[in-house]
Amino acid sequence: MRARYPDVFDRPASARLATPAMIVAAFAILIYGLVDLDFSPSRFVAGLSQLGWIGRMMIPPDPGSSLPVYLKALGETLSIALLGTTLAAIFALPVSLLAARNVVASKILRFPVRRVLDSIRGVDTLIWALVWINVVGLGPFAGVLAIAVADFGAFGKLFSEAIEGADQKQVEGIRASGGSALHEIRFGLLPQVLPVIAGQVLYFIESNTRSATIIGIVGAGGIGLQLAEQIRVLEWQKVSFLILMILVAVAAIDFISSKLRFAIIGRRAIA
Amino acid sequence: MTVAVSILPEQQLAVLNAAYRQAVARRRWRLFLGTVVFAAALFLAAVGAEVNLRTLFTYFGNFVSYFDRILTLDSGQRVWTDVGEWLWGWRKWLKMLAETLLISYVGTLIGATFAFILNFFAAENTSPAPWLRFVVRRLLEFARTVPGIVFALVFVIAFGLGPMAGVLAIAIHSTGALGKLFSEIVENADMKPVEGIRSTGASWLACMRFAVVPQVTAGYASYALLRFEINVREASVMGFVGAGGIGQELVVAIRKFYYSDVSAILLTIIVTVFVIDITTGWLRGRLFGKEARA
Repeated sequence: MRARYPDVFDRPASARLATPAMIVAAFAILIYGLVDLDFSPSRFVAGLSQLGWIGRMMIPPDPGSSLPVYLKALGETLSIALLGTTLAAIFALPVSLLAARNVVASKILRFPVRRVLDSIRGVDTLIWALVWINVVGLGPFAGVLAIAVADFGAFGKLFSEAIEGADQKQVEGIRASGGSALHEIRFGLLPQVLPVIAGQVLYFIESNTRSATIIGIVGAGGIGLQLAEQIRVLEWQKVSFLILMILVAVAAIDFISSKLRFAIIGRRAIA
Repeated sequence: MTVAVSILPEQQLAVLNAAYRQAVARRRWRLFLGTVVFAAALFLAAVGAEVNLRTLFTYFGNFVSYFDRILTLDSGQRVWTDVGEWLWGWRKWLKMLAETLLISYVGTLIGATFAFILNFFAAENTSPAPWLRFVVRRLLEFARTVPGIVFALVFVIAFGLGPMAGVLAIAIHSTGALGKLFSEIVENADMKPVEGIRSTGASWLACMRFAVVPQVTAGYASYALLRFEINVREASVMGFVGAGGIGQELVVAIRKFYYSDVSAILLTIIVTVFVIDITTGWLRGRLFGKEARA
């Protein structure tokens, strides 16, 4: 066998060593990183025992007497996610048309639009939340605006990709029958991309429930505010209860939005 | 050449038209109902989130002027007129940025390693026992659903302030996210090589090593790179809760109203994210060919 397939058995050293060399390099950087970020084993072990203690303190989860406050905060979080995502989708749709190659042919217009979207996307939601707190003050409204802006960047990109993926034949048909550019978009493009876009928006509402739970940490409303507060005052039973609430809420939203997505686009389109 | 357009008799047409109208009416009714429910939900949400349009309009000027302020130096000039003054702290910022990148690198690698170990237990076709699969899956789900920054908050208390808490938080979150994606790749792998190796009497470990891993490594590397990109963004805010990286500088600058510093730090973050996005995109293209990128 060795004689019949020489190149399987006698690979050159460079090919055989390439993978191990890459793995060694990756782990060398890891070790350097661990040293540079002051990972010391003693600190790690001490932290772990501390963590174990925290874990024991968390059981059983208990809201104490603040259950109504937490429920209200959860409602606030869901509201932030829903409103923020809707606002972002409404504003992103026209802009995404400008960023799509098959709608706007000139590169001069498309390029700046895309770079602006990229820049917005490069900044984390939490940073946007901090900026909006400076503008409208502490509270959930800042959270809504933060999510709206952060998602605007993401939606702009996703929508424009959906539009570029659309079939051009319908558009050509409408152009042939004498439709204007607006007609082309309204009757040729939108019917094709709306189901895709609706699916993405629903998916983002889902993932934004997660983001909305944390923007409270910087003071932009919702359940994250309660969570950060309880962690700071070391009320671990309340913390674990809040985490459980978040998990249940996210699971519920996951379930509802996947049902809705199936209803809108049909089961086949997702799989 | 003439084309005959067939004209249906009146009665037949009436039936078809009625059916058509009914179908359209039903669709419109459903759309209308959906819109009403959605609008009601939005209204409820607006009340819940204390949306106040008046605040927005009164303060919208603030939003615009905020950008005006962060683009102005203390001397009252625009930032780009004096780049040296604008980026005065670049040595410190670059160091913090390097720390951010290191946090996300170490976190991603640790997370990917754990995800690699766990995903074989979570995938339907390779898991040795159903109860084990159930446990591992719930574990991964938990690690994924709890936001990274919440882990960071807890770890800062357990491990003390500093990048260690950030790394561990990112590692746990990545384990959850990558574990799920990895196990999905394994579920799509071809099982025939596994059968072949099992028929030689090999153990479960050998089956995984020689039949599954060679099929899936490319997919793993691609997802891990994608995760690294996301983690860079996440590591940039870990500093908000004291878990190291450039976020610390940013939050101080924002809270203390050092306006031009805010824009300078934001600029470095955005540029870094761009560079990382482009590099990893290029790397994925190099490693796995054009199709793997799509």
